[in-house]
Amino acid sequence: MNKISEDISKDLKDQPKFSGDIGSKDQDHHSFELGEQTTLKKIQHFLHGNPTIVPVIILILSVIGFGFIAGGKFFSAFNLSLIVQQVTIVGILAAAQTLIILTAGIDLSVAAMMVLASVFMGKLSVEMGIPTLPAIMVGMISGVATGAFNGLLVTRLRLPPFIVTLGTWNIFFALVIFFTGSQSIRSSDIEINAPLLHFWGERINLGGFVFTYGAFLMIGIFVFLWFLLNKTAWGRHVYAIGDDKDAAELSGIRTDRMLVSIYAVAGLVVAIGAWVSIGRVGSVSPTSFYEGNLDSITAVVIGGTSLFGGRGTIIGSLFGALIVGVFSSGLSIAGLDVLWQRFALGCLIIIAVGIDQWIRKVSN
Amino acid sequence: MEPILVAKNLSKKYGKVVALDDANLELYPGEVLGVIGDNGAGKSTLIKVLCGAVIPDSGEILLDGKQVSFTSPIEARTLGIETVYQNLALSPALSITDNMFLGREIRQKGFMGKFLRFLDKKAMAEEARKRLSELGLLTIQNINQLVETLSGGQRQGVAVARATSFGTKVVIMDEPTAALGVKESRRVLELIGEVRARGIPIILISHNMPHVFEVADRIHIHRLGTRLCVIDPKKYEMSDAVAFMTGAKEPPAN
Repeated sequence: MNKISEDISKDLKDQPKFSGDIGSKDQDHHSFELGEQTTLKKIQHFLHGNPTIVPVIILILSVIGFGFIAGGKFFSAFNLSLIVQQVTIVGILAAAQTLIILTAGIDLSVAAMMVLASVFMGKLSVEMGIPTLPAIMVGMISGVATGAFNGLLVTRLRLPPFIVTLGTWNIFFALVIFFTGSQSIRSSDIEINAPLLHFWGERINLGGFVFTYGAFLMIGIFVFLWFLLNKTAWGRHVYAIGDDKDAAELSGIRTDRMLVSIYAVAGLVVAIGAWVSIGRVGSVSPTSFYEGNLDSITAVVIGGTSLFGGRGTIIGSLFGALIVGVFSSGLSIAGLDVLWQRFALGCLIIIAVGIDQWIRKVSN
Repeated sequence: MEPILVAKNLSKKYGKVVALDDANLELYPGEVLGVIGDNGAGKSTLIKVLCGAVIPDSGEILLDGKQVSFTSPIEARTLGIETVYQNLALSPALSITDNMFLGREIRQKGFMGKFLRFLDKKAMAEEARKRLSELGLLTIQNINQLVETLSGGQRQGVAVARATSFGTKVVIMDEPTAALGVKESRRVLELIGEVRARGIPIILISHNMPHVFEVADRIHIHRLGTRLCVIDPKKYEMSDAVAFMTGAKEPPAN
């Protein structure tokens, strides 16, 4: 986790600081009067410049809070590492979802895309006797293709991403049922015929903390996407498109091509998630992760990324996923019914979007 | 002196509406050419043709004496015709540097840039700072500030700095003072002077007569889809220009 916290601090450092140098003395035409700002305004400005702070604070507070409520059991190495294991899949889906939401889009089909890719991996290697690695490659291609398909529909037909992915969610889900005949591929069959599919589910024990390889891969994906978004032109263009698509086009960005590539990269991330999910669940089940779409959106929104695009950080989504994990774990250890977990999550989403709206008012 | 940009016999129809009817325009090196005209006179179509946003039905455009054609603002820009749009086409959530290099980023040298495609943020920040100070925009101190934290005039400054940074031959400015207050407008007019002083000719489209008369070297008056006349702002009054524009007075013979 050390690496991540370093990245966060870098992430935060990269954000421009809101300090006195915004309006210098000789700019009498400047309407910005920093001296007269209230504390609340200052907080608003600070959060506007550092969108990752909110989820970090919520995460720290919720960990402390549940430590009090649920006691030592919550803080056990086993439980804390279990939370990380549990958020692995939603975390990876949230990473992909962040890319889409940063472009002011939304992807309701990520979980269905993932299950479809895992079905290809499982079917080909377990039931058709194709070597595991090529089968995994086919799964990856399926992820990129389904992602690009969404992107093409969004850019060519000029349909809203919400509608496109609502449609493709159902299409991908139907394809999953078609290819599997509603039958799961059993964990024992995978273990015999294609044990490589279980690779990311292997565990290692680090002084009582039990991590799956998949948890490390998830963190690796976040770090990779962080570099992509912050250090490359491609990443800057993701933000520019989400911020103002027409302005990006006039600046010389081929926005349609960019959008297709963003959806395709998201699809690739989802397909990697598919491989990890086989290790996590053990089997390939056509009806698994049915709520993964909405869970990933929840993690992104709680992580401080704006649904209106152009604002947010990829690391925030990792925190968002962890917050969801901490809440479900803490509430269940505290002995509360599942319904209250959902209740709390619902409140969290509304609060997160409310804070985002409030922060966004700064720019107007 | 040879004109740097020439538009010859441009025509454009939208259905039965004639937006451009055999229109001409010449821009000479180092000058500010004001373009004025009543609403619906076709000046915005003329400008859109020159910046690549609209493809004319007929006519030709010569840049540096060579015939050019483009089908998008990006192509026009590659040839050296930069446009500062009325809405500025900036991304508010990105920094000044990011905006100035949007779509034309500098990558790091060697392995980091070539294979990992990392950006050279330092080089871009330095270049951005240099461009802004050349235009007398040193009041912007932190080059990594987000554009949305800037005032309207400063944003205009960033857009102009971007437009004049990449081997630009011609800058088209569309209503640069329309959304600004008095003092900010003044600053933008000074900015236009700075750009001209650097030898880059400007086509200035504006509804604001005093502004056009203040900075333009020549004024192109557009009426009914074509060029009515070109006047010298020192020899005519604003009321004359309005009279020509609206057809209340006969234009001078060129």
